[in-house]
Amino acid sequence: MLSIKLYIAQRLTAMLMAPLVLLHLGVMIYAIQGGLTAGEILGRTQGSFFWGLIYGLFVVALSIHAAIGLRVVIYEWLGVTGARLNWITTAIVILLLGLGSKAVYAVVLS
Amino acid sequence: MANEGKTIKVLLSRGDNSNSALKEYEVPAKESQTVLDVVTWIQRNLEPDLSYRFACRVGMCGSCAMTVNGKPRWTCRTHVSKVMDGDNTITIEPLRNMPVIKDLACDLNEFFEKWTKAKGHFIPTKTRDDQVQLISPNEKARREANAGIECINCGVCYASCDVVENDSSYLGPAALNRAWTLVNDVRDGGKIERLKAVTSEGGCQSCHSQQGCTTYCPNTLNPTRSIAGLKKVAAIATLKGEM
Repeated sequence: MLSIKLYIAQRLTAMLMAPLVLLHLGVMIYAIQGGLTAGEILGRTQGSFFWGLIYGLFVVALSIHAAIGLRVVIYEWLGVTGARLNWITTAIVILLLGLGSKAVYAVVLS
Repeated sequence: MANEGKTIKVLLSRGDNSNSALKEYEVPAKESQTVLDVVTWIQRNLEPDLSYRFACRVGMCGSCAMTVNGKPRWTCRTHVSKVMDGDNTITIEPLRNMPVIKDLACDLNEFFEKWTKAKGHFIPTKTRDDQVQLISPNEKARREANAGIECINCGVCYASCDVVENDSSYLGPAALNRAWTLVNDVRDGGKIERLKAVTSEGGCQSCHSQQGCTTYCPNTLNPTRSIAGLKKVAAIATLKGEM
């Protein structure tokens, strides 16, 4: 129950996420060198267009990628098909987008 | 003879889909004995109504595949000594992922229907009046086709595939491998139609690359690689708007 278009979307979002994950891990290692504080993290991210863009892209790519992966698991393991499967996939995208956007808003714009 | 008087314990699946059970047999051990030899001995000496399939006995026809000690194998080329477990027992069951007609004989209809669905037939672009097309065996596409062409349709890959088990619409490694050989056949004229067929519901995009097919293919083919090739070609054709 995975169309070729969804397959392509999952691969493209994976390609987008790969460098973002490496960047994220790199920043994590760099950021904890002098101890880990909320103030330090927020000092770097708040009001930053760059970090807003990076984490915004990450959230969008992840929401699409994970929802397609979970769609396959739900189809193969639970046997859900058709419109119901589409609704569940859409709901997962919306949920992940909502949670992710909230986190990005908190560290960049609040 | 080193095996004089020795026997092996055989647990053999009897019955059909709705009612099957393992039954124990004692079979004389022989030199260079294959699993198919064991099944044949039981049928000729103990159970004349035992159902199983074989034809060539030399690994060409692909009809004798069964599950041996939990793994799908071509039984005519599988030596008992190589697959026997620790307590001198061998368990023989029908292939997985197919309905069992009786005992060790499976219904392969769906398996072959999926070959048809994947457009596993050659679509010619020339007539008998045209010159024979010369194709170098060194061309990249021909090498790709040659790598997958020796499939004997035994169903071992299909039985070993967990995606087939979980998704009844999945075309399976054999049908997709066949489609890949045709996609790489420069004489074939059905590439786009075939790519559409292998990307429809249950197509190549459903493969999780678990490589059970490649692990167990008795002809050491690599259907996972063929399916990965199909995914790539089909994705590019989709992005280019050719499909």
